[in-house]
Amino acid sequence: MYEGAVQDLIDELGRLPGVGPKSAQRIAFHLLQTENTDAQRLADAITTVKATIRFCTRCWNIAEAEECRICRDTRRDGSVLCVVEEPRDVVAIERTREFQGRYHVLGGAISPIDGIGPDDLHLKELVARLDAEPVDELILAMNPNVEGEATASYLSRLLAPLGVRVTRLASGLPVGGDLDYADEVTLGRAFSGRRDIP
Amino acid sequence: MRLRRLELADIRSYDRVAVDLGPGVTILVGQNAQGKTNLLEAVQRAATGSSHRVAGDGPLVRFGTEIGIIRCEVVTDEGRRRTLDLEIGTGRRTRTRVDGQDVQRAAQAAGVLRVVLFAPEDVAIVRGDPSERRRFLDDVLAQRRPAFAAARSEHDRALRQRNQLLKQIRGLTGSSRDAAMSSLDVWTEQLITHGTQIIAARIAAIRTLAGPVDRFYRDLADRPEPIGLTYRCSAGDDVDGRLDPASSGGSTMVPETAPIAQAMRRTFAARQREETARGLTLVGPHRDDLDLTIGELPARGYSSHGEAWSLALALKLATYEVLAEVGDRPIVLLDDVFAELDTTRRQRLAAACAGFDQVLVTAAVEADVPLEGAKIDVELLDGRTRLRPRDLGAPPAATDGSVAS
Repeated sequence: MYEGAVQDLIDELGRLPGVGPKSAQRIAFHLLQTENTDAQRLADAITTVKATIRFCTRCWNIAEAEECRICRDTRRDGSVLCVVEEPRDVVAIERTREFQGRYHVLGGAISPIDGIGPDDLHLKELVARLDAEPVDELILAMNPNVEGEATASYLSRLLAPLGVRVTRLASGLPVGGDLDYADEVTLGRAFSGRRDIP
Repeated sequence: MRLRRLELADIRSYDRVAVDLGPGVTILVGQNAQGKTNLLEAVQRAATGSSHRVAGDGPLVRFGTEIGIIRCEVVTDEGRRRTLDLEIGTGRRTRTRVDGQDVQRAAQAAGVLRVVLFAPEDVAIVRGDPSERRRFLDDVLAQRRPAFAAARSEHDRALRQRNQLLKQIRGLTGSSRDAAMSSLDVWTEQLITHGTQIIAARIAAIRTLAGPVDRFYRDLADRPEPIGLTYRCSAGDDVDGRLDPASSGGSTMVPETAPIAQAMRRTFAARQREETARGLTLVGPHRDDLDLTIGELPARGYSSHGEAWSLALALKLATYEVLAEVGDRPIVLLDDVFAELDTTRRQRLAAACAGFDQVLVTAAVEADVPLEGAKIDVELLDGRTRLRPRDLGAPPAATDGSVAS
């Protein structure tokens, strides 16, 4: 145990995801040795983010204003919505620069073990958007695991009566990789999801 | 395939040993608690990813040391040399190296070394709970088809989620109960998707096993009665668990999944009230069983000790044939088996062993094993196991001379 304030800092850092007790200690001592201005900048960044950042009222992505950058961008195609679990998935898809539509962030996936049911996700908001906005297609981009699949199938049932086209991202082989490096499950999915060469 | 050389460092009772193994039979001779089983366990762990004695890797490391090493040099059926190295730490992930290269996932090491192990505990396959028989089938399938292990873990995850949801539903009333019920269907569908694959694979395995099991049992048992293997499915027995010789001909031993999915869906609907009342998933591969019959009688309750042993052994030896269908022929490991059998059965098992490429046998009493082969003395000295291979060309032990003239 260290003197009061240092130990408090180590404890707080240790609560962060991916930071163990050893790393927390290293970061704490690094902060102790840095210039006051550097430490202050970090403290300000944390305070600012908590004070100014909120969730977009339309898509539940991270936003600095009422609506997020993507929802405010009039060049985006409002007829296609991509539904994702977390804001970080939006960033991942944005990096591709392939998708020109807008997003809807659910805030997680259905997982009874973690106490997350359909009501804990932004589903009602999604249904309301489909009423209010001219959406032709929903692309479900949940993670390809048990929880993601369950969420996608719940959503497709919920949305079926609304008559909107619902698609699911394909799973398959990584580009630029070798076939023999793919694991059996991915390769199996790639087989069942094969398509004709146009 | 054949295990040509095995090196152990700080594994169980071994501090550091290396042993060269020949083709055919090798007998490890030694008193009880000298380390014979430890050697087979190490080979089993390297081959299948788990030990038959403990759940985690920790206990495999020699007590008081941090890292244990298992190093196997294998010769494939085509004569290729391969190596499989394991570095087992008590407090961290086990490192696996295949042909000198690190592998990221354990599945990538599967199949480098293939084994069939029979140990005294395996009599539980015949006499124990259904879970023992499910594990027996799943272990065979995981060694034969890598994708099976993945389907199993996906199913187990969906099952945990669904059970949790059922428990939550049990405590709810009114509209919040309706809301929770609305998401039950998607978990049911997840279970059906993965469950049908497991059930289909198990039925296929049973169809392949049936012939060899029956043959090995006739070889081993006193009364050669026919052996029946039936898949008892919680979704109803009409998913085709029955071994119909007319339909099992040809190479397509894997049944259609659509009828299995239909049967599961039907049974889920019929038992939903019971499921929500108990907060438990009652349909799926985790509730299934493999029914074994000797003659007309269920083997679990009616078999004698000798019959149960012969059947368990026949099941294990039959897995040799299932594994050998695809890929290299496995190595057979027999742990303390001969002592449990009478003279006639020993002779019969010895005859069956002649058909295998490589067999490693442990025995406390050498005379129990009527097999020709290399012999290695296993002895515990100062808490460490020593292996002493006997010279193959050495003259037999001196006799007292009375045999002469």
